[in-house]
Amino acid sequence: MYAALGVHKCMPHSHGSQGCCSFHRMYLTRHFKEPAIASSSSFTEGASVFGGGSNLKTSAKNIFDIYKPDIIAVHTTCLSETIGDDIGSIIQDIDIPEGKYMVHTNTPSYVGSHVTGFTNMVSGFIKYLSVKSAVKNGKLAVFPGFVNPGDMREMKRILNYLKVPFTMLPDTSGVCDAPMTGSYEMYPKGGTKIEDIKKLGECELSLALGEMTSEESANELKRKCGVPYKALPLPIGIEATDEFVMQLSRFSSTEVPYDLEEERGQLVDIMLDAHPYYHNKSVAIYGDPDTVLGIAAFALELGMVPKYLVTGTPGIIFEQKAKELFSKYGVENYIAKAAGDLFELHQWIKNDPVDLLIGGTHGKYIARAENIPLVRAGFPIIDRYVHSYLPIVGYKGAIRLVELILNAIMDKQDAECNEEDMEMVM
Amino acid sequence: MEARERLLDKYSARVFKNRKDHVITKAEDATEIAANSRTIPGIMTNRGCCYAGCKGVVLGPLKDVAVITHGPIGCAFYSWGTRRHKAKGDENTKNFLEYCFSTDMQESDIVFGGEKKLRQAIQEVVEIFDPASIMICSTCPVGLIGDDINAVAAEAEKLYNRKVIAFSCEGYKGVSQSGGHHIANNGLIRHVIGTGDRPVKKYAINILGEYNIGGDGWEISRVLKRIGYDIVSVMTGDGSYAELKNAHLAELNVVQCHRSINYIAEMLKTKYGTDWIKVNFIGVSSMIKSLRDMAKYFGDEELIAKTEEVIAEELEAVSEELEYYKSRLKGKTAALFVGGSRSHHYQKLLKDLGVETVLAGYEFAHRDDYEGREVIPFIKEDADSKNIESIKVSPDEAKYKIRLSETKYNELKDSLSLEYYEGMIKEMENGAIIVDDLNHFETEEFLNLLKPDVFYSGIKDKYVAQKGGILSRQLHSYDYSGPYASFKGAVNFARDTVMGIYTPAWKYVTAPWKTEPTLEGTLTGGEQSA
Repeated sequence: MYAALGVHKCMPHSHGSQGCCSFHRMYLTRHFKEPAIASSSSFTEGASVFGGGSNLKTSAKNIFDIYKPDIIAVHTTCLSETIGDDIGSIIQDIDIPEGKYMVHTNTPSYVGSHVTGFTNMVSGFIKYLSVKSAVKNGKLAVFPGFVNPGDMREMKRILNYLKVPFTMLPDTSGVCDAPMTGSYEMYPKGGTKIEDIKKLGECELSLALGEMTSEESANELKRKCGVPYKALPLPIGIEATDEFVMQLSRFSSTEVPYDLEEERGQLVDIMLDAHPYYHNKSVAIYGDPDTVLGIAAFALELGMVPKYLVTGTPGIIFEQKAKELFSKYGVENYIAKAAGDLFELHQWIKNDPVDLLIGGTHGKYIARAENIPLVRAGFPIIDRYVHSYLPIVGYKGAIRLVELILNAIMDKQDAECNEEDMEMVM
Repeated sequence: MEARERLLDKYSARVFKNRKDHVITKAEDATEIAANSRTIPGIMTNRGCCYAGCKGVVLGPLKDVAVITHGPIGCAFYSWGTRRHKAKGDENTKNFLEYCFSTDMQESDIVFGGEKKLRQAIQEVVEIFDPASIMICSTCPVGLIGDDINAVAAEAEKLYNRKVIAFSCEGYKGVSQSGGHHIANNGLIRHVIGTGDRPVKKYAINILGEYNIGGDGWEISRVLKRIGYDIVSVMTGDGSYAELKNAHLAELNVVQCHRSINYIAEMLKTKYGTDWIKVNFIGVSSMIKSLRDMAKYFGDEELIAKTEEVIAEELEAVSEELEYYKSRLKGKTAALFVGGSRSHHYQKLLKDLGVETVLAGYEFAHRDDYEGREVIPFIKEDADSKNIESIKVSPDEAKYKIRLSETKYNELKDSLSLEYYEGMIKEMENGAIIVDDLNHFETEEFLNLLKPDVFYSGIKDKYVAQKGGILSRQLHSYDYSGPYASFKGAVNFARDTVMGIYTPAWKYVTAPWKTEPTLEGTLTGGEQSA
């Protein structure tokens, strides 16, 4: 659903019972504090027995009629998958209005996690829309991964600095962080244009940011349209951002502009200035796999010790990548688990505590129980504001992360130190 | 053209045919509404599913129970801590509300069945958490693949020597959350209520359909305890398995949310003889009326005097603040779209504050919630409502007790409206609009047409309204504020609404350069303009 919101004038459609759609909209709205539109096939018991084909047909008619999107992006649910609805052939039978589109992907909750669904939806757009082309348009296809609109804006800013012509899919900036204007627009200005998705086949190269989230979609584009791809980690922290920037510089044959170099220099300056407050502090990081690995890499660059990494998204790549990362820094006492949960993380922490937690809202119970400061980063954050507007990617994003980490650690020191130990200057 | 007609006019013939009976303009001769029927596929409804009603609303608040969601992880995750039914544990009662128990079914479990995983989950939950009771809620695929959760529950009950109850509340059942409320409550009356034997004191009551959102139940209980009531159980806000067992011992049931629980009140009457009255603890005037009704039921002079004394003191404590807020809100208009009772309850509070309700609707109510219980015999059953099990109970010979003499009962039946609810519509002004299952399109259209000062609704349409320039406050979660019930709650509610209407941000929606040009034009080749 989140991926589909990042396509301009797209209505995400949940093919299942109403609860799924309601739950997803509720969660996205709580994270972004923005409307998250989506419709549902509203299955009842009858549809579960006889199949959801007619529900989807009725849905399509009503959606195009009432909500007038340019495209409907159908994702499936446990219900429709278990009864075996073949969405592809149902869509073929639907009378789609001229100039409008319908795409689909399979997203039952019993396979993978919300990250898997995001990847599948992005690939679904490519499967249906992108056209293979012998003529190239000189553009770079960018798959930003499951990140906030603030992160996508920052990636685009860097792309523009390096004069890279690009199409980003999806692009939720201008949708999930749309401004207050006094009039509600069902389809705000942002989102990847359908025409641009069609032309993804004309791109020279595609860049998959976040190997575990985006590589599969880039691979889909390669399979379908022959566009080669490069997979990079999410540009979180200094090395990953360097890699991203250099890749772009090579692509556009543009020298890295001074403005960006200046930002990098500021980041390094800050890292040096503040290092006594975070050096050797241990940290537990949880959330989506690419985000967790990105933050872990940055923590290592800062001189922190990421002790526990956990993500609910199953997959062996996560554990392999973590191993590579830790061996690079010679860290041995760590746990990185893909199919873990916060209860397990809490047990590890009880046995051997950490100085800091980094992740989404759900870690707040551990933070409180163990009196460990929590830096909110990633998805979902449903108990704070502004986070989705500001980046954690790029040099600017890294500077923001340092500030968040320092504030958490230093506020705790101020709140808990002995009166005679209060420091005016820190 | 009236707002209703202007809206319906925009629909295609088929949608129009369906929606026209769900949208009415109140008039003397127009009070009938269609409700509790299927949402048309593709229409952006705010409704949830059966599982959401069963696990999320009714069973979720039971603090000493480990509620295991049997299914893939999504359903459990999304219903984890997202409804604000607060609960407090103590040395005798554990509180598991911060946890989320799931069997996390994977593809292979869908193919080969998930019973084994469920057994394992139950074992883990017993070993790690040792809950008073375990309740299992099934999700869509569980019903489809046919896991026998009842057998697993029965087996676990013997094995672990505690109550284990299975609820078949697959999301596709029924047309909204309402079916889930029903399934949950049926389970509780069948397996839990009637199994306890705590000694009860004078004026023993149950509060039914109060879920302690934002601490509402605590504020209500505070006042009731001051008066001297013995609250035997609450269904189910800050509730527990331990308390619920004794619910049959109360003298009177007071029903707050009619929609989610009226059938339980009826079954308790049939099975144990407990009388019930509909109350409304939202808003000062409704609260006072409810307290007086309750005192009148018991008819005890001492209780009546104490009730008046507490009312006077509580009123004294809040009246000055309420007067201030009233002065800031007088003449404003509101639209309300909430679950199955609040759209009615809050209208009275708004009226106390001088705010007129121009539109009200329910997400999952039935006709009796709109039109009053007198329509129940005339509600037609359809395929969807028949799918939700309706259980029949008969008097429990050992525990049935007649509470009132026949004369007294007949006297109170009329003066107190025993076992009656008049519904929402009767009290609304002529010309007000009532919408069942208000959808996204209708929300947008009606807000544009009616331009209320505030729209009380839920998270999914909150920002739709606000982007359009209309304050929206969530009445499901109270926007993480509260309590809103009873005397002190009314002040909180008024304060939050005033805050929202008067927050300075509204002044900055239009940038100054939109109304005041900053660029001065020059004519090419001409003189510079002044």
